[in-house]
Amino acid sequence: MDFSFSEEQALLRNSLSRYLADRYSYEAWRKCTHTREGRDPAHWRQFAEMGLFAAPLPEAYGGLGGGAIESMVVMEEFGRSLVVEPFVPTVVIGGGLLAKAGGALADEMLPKIAAGETVMAFAFAEAQGRYNLADLTVTAKKEGNDYVLNGQKSVVLGAPWADRLIVTARTGGTRREAGGVSVFLVEKAAKGVSVRDYAAMSGLRASEIIFENTPGRLIGEDGAALPLLNAVVDRAIAAHLAEANGAIAVLMNATTEYAKTRKQFGRPIGDFQVLQHRMVDMFIAQQQAQSASLMANLKLDAADGSRAVSAAKAAAGKYARAVGEGAVQIHGGIGMTDELNVGHYFKRLVLLETLYGSPDHHLRRMAMLDQ
Amino acid sequence: MDLSFSPQEEAFRQEVCDFVAEAKPKLPKNLGAPEQARLSKDDYLVWHRLLYKKGWVAPAWPKELGGADWSVTQRYIFSTEIAKAGMPTTLPFGLGMVGPVIYTFGSEAQKAKFLPRILSGDDWWCQGYSEPGAGSDLASLRCRAARDGDHYVVNGQKTWTTLAQYADWIFCLVRTDPGAKPQEGISFLLIDMKSPGITVKPIVILDGAQEVNEVFFDNVKVPVENLVGEENKGWTYAKFLLAHERSGLAAPSRSRAALTRLKNIAKTEQLDGEPLIRDPDFAHKLAALEADLMALEFTELRILSQEAKGEKVGSESSILKVAGSEIQQRVADLAMEAVGYYALPDDLSLGDNEAAGPDYARGLAGRYFNLRKASIYGGSNEIQRNIIAKAVLGL
Repeated sequence: MDFSFSEEQALLRNSLSRYLADRYSYEAWRKCTHTREGRDPAHWRQFAEMGLFAAPLPEAYGGLGGGAIESMVVMEEFGRSLVVEPFVPTVVIGGGLLAKAGGALADEMLPKIAAGETVMAFAFAEAQGRYNLADLTVTAKKEGNDYVLNGQKSVVLGAPWADRLIVTARTGGTRREAGGVSVFLVEKAAKGVSVRDYAAMSGLRASEIIFENTPGRLIGEDGAALPLLNAVVDRAIAAHLAEANGAIAVLMNATTEYAKTRKQFGRPIGDFQVLQHRMVDMFIAQQQAQSASLMANLKLDAADGSRAVSAAKAAAGKYARAVGEGAVQIHGGIGMTDELNVGHYFKRLVLLETLYGSPDHHLRRMAMLDQ
Repeated sequence: MDLSFSPQEEAFRQEVCDFVAEAKPKLPKNLGAPEQARLSKDDYLVWHRLLYKKGWVAPAWPKELGGADWSVTQRYIFSTEIAKAGMPTTLPFGLGMVGPVIYTFGSEAQKAKFLPRILSGDDWWCQGYSEPGAGSDLASLRCRAARDGDHYVVNGQKTWTTLAQYADWIFCLVRTDPGAKPQEGISFLLIDMKSPGITVKPIVILDGAQEVNEVFFDNVKVPVENLVGEENKGWTYAKFLLAHERSGLAAPSRSRAALTRLKNIAKTEQLDGEPLIRDPDFAHKLAALEADLMALEFTELRILSQEAKGEKVGSESSILKVAGSEIQQRVADLAMEAVGYYALPDDLSLGDNEAAGPDYARGLAGRYFNLRKASIYGGSNEIQRNIIAKAVLGL
């Protein structure tokens, strides 16, 4: 048993964290996320050159043969700098689905993903479906060799930046049935795609998307995608847990530093025991969140992997909230401002808490998996 | 990154499992039921001597002193498997506390006299730390030891002394220099419980058990050769011991075993004609508790992997103590809740091993009340938070 990173993983972390320190400061992030576009595509190209996208992908497709730990390293650094670049939808979801499904589409797309030549968004959520991946009203019907999609997807994070969409749709079965779920690759520029774009928490962008007889290419088997989706979403959750830990680390550090310097009643507020104990509880939450992320990432391929992911997601959501709310509270008024970074890290944590299911959803999933 | 144990470690795990599986049927029934049982002195000693015979009673002690000298990973595997099997931990006062203090700071004569008898179980030790006026503020202790020729004369009182009624020896923090700063006038004395002038008075706690005692010292004569290390340096040895104590308390493997038993209870208990475990509210609480426990198990593994690489682990034991004890208490709470009305009978009013209702319900309420101690002893959780705030967060 050993929890240390390999030399390659350490190198990956070092080069990424150096790059982000130079080029992705909080000031730069603020400026960039306030532009019309909301991101600077130059970063994506740089990340590709650094081998970020290739790192977790299979060697057969131009990747470097890593896996969850590589994604964990990348996402933890992303979390530290509030990066908005859609690594998870493109590499973990898109790359993960295609690699597992194989076939001509994988041969075509995976090298593009590894080289940073495509940006993907994952259109899975629907208004009525909440966190249930199978609760779908978007339909896909086979027409000739292709499929056409109809229906609406909700809060598709990163969609305004994407050139391709990964879309879940029903090719059979009834709403919420496990069978009949399929997944498609859709060109964003394809006909019948209409979008309403908006900004989302912590510098992200998202869209409501309507498909009207939009062509899509099937990934994997018709009607049998749910197990594949569950497996890949588990990996996405594990990666986002690492992202949350990056954000938590920044908040912890900012909060203890602030408590040491901010003076009230003639002494640093960190002298007050009531604040010390709150910060210790935040620290314990941080340690537990790191453990939860490790557990999720290391157990992905185990028989009880999904259960471990759900446990980690549920617990880590609670821990992250404790750190985020504590950080704002201890910063006091200044913690309430849009200008200070603290609030944005807090918002990223709240966004991640909801993404792919709330803590309650995952506790239910844990209980369900036991029965 | 690698979550698996080496083949040698897995072989060791198997050896532990085989040992327990073979031993268990021959042991008193009490030993396999940690929530329900009130263990007698004999129960403890049977288990202690069995491990002693096997050479496993002192996992961390050096080989030349009769210990197993296991790696931290082996120790982890051992304690996890023992917990899984429902076997008790050996009592820490001799093996985990005074033993390491003696072999680290004691004289050759002390080592020769005390260590073999700690290992064999011939001497039962208890811990004389807390006093009525010195709880969390341990350094304010007042029990006085005055030098008189080749003896110390001890006067004062210790309290919360666990299982002192069985003890042959007590290790005590005593004040030898009342003029010095609180931490600087303390010494570490080994005292024979049969000495004239010692009185032990039981304190009954919330579960009705006589687990702790008051120990009074009235002009008790203690030979100077029973001083450990140097006079007035006792605080150093006390801190050494407390760090050991914390890391052993509230082990996640114990909570895991208790949670497994709780799940079985919840499968048997009913609510509206359905197993309790199917009730969404109960299932939710159970899952939330287990999710926290799973994270804690990994926190323990992370600390273990650091230790295994020889990195120094200090305040991490405080985290395990705080989070571990809170989870321990939540498991006990939910177990009490799970048995409904059968939490209410006072099992002490019934015969030994007798239950008013289902066997599994016996002692669960007592356990809940008893475990309120877990956030109080070994340095209260508030004291642990003070330690983390200072040592880790630099506040």
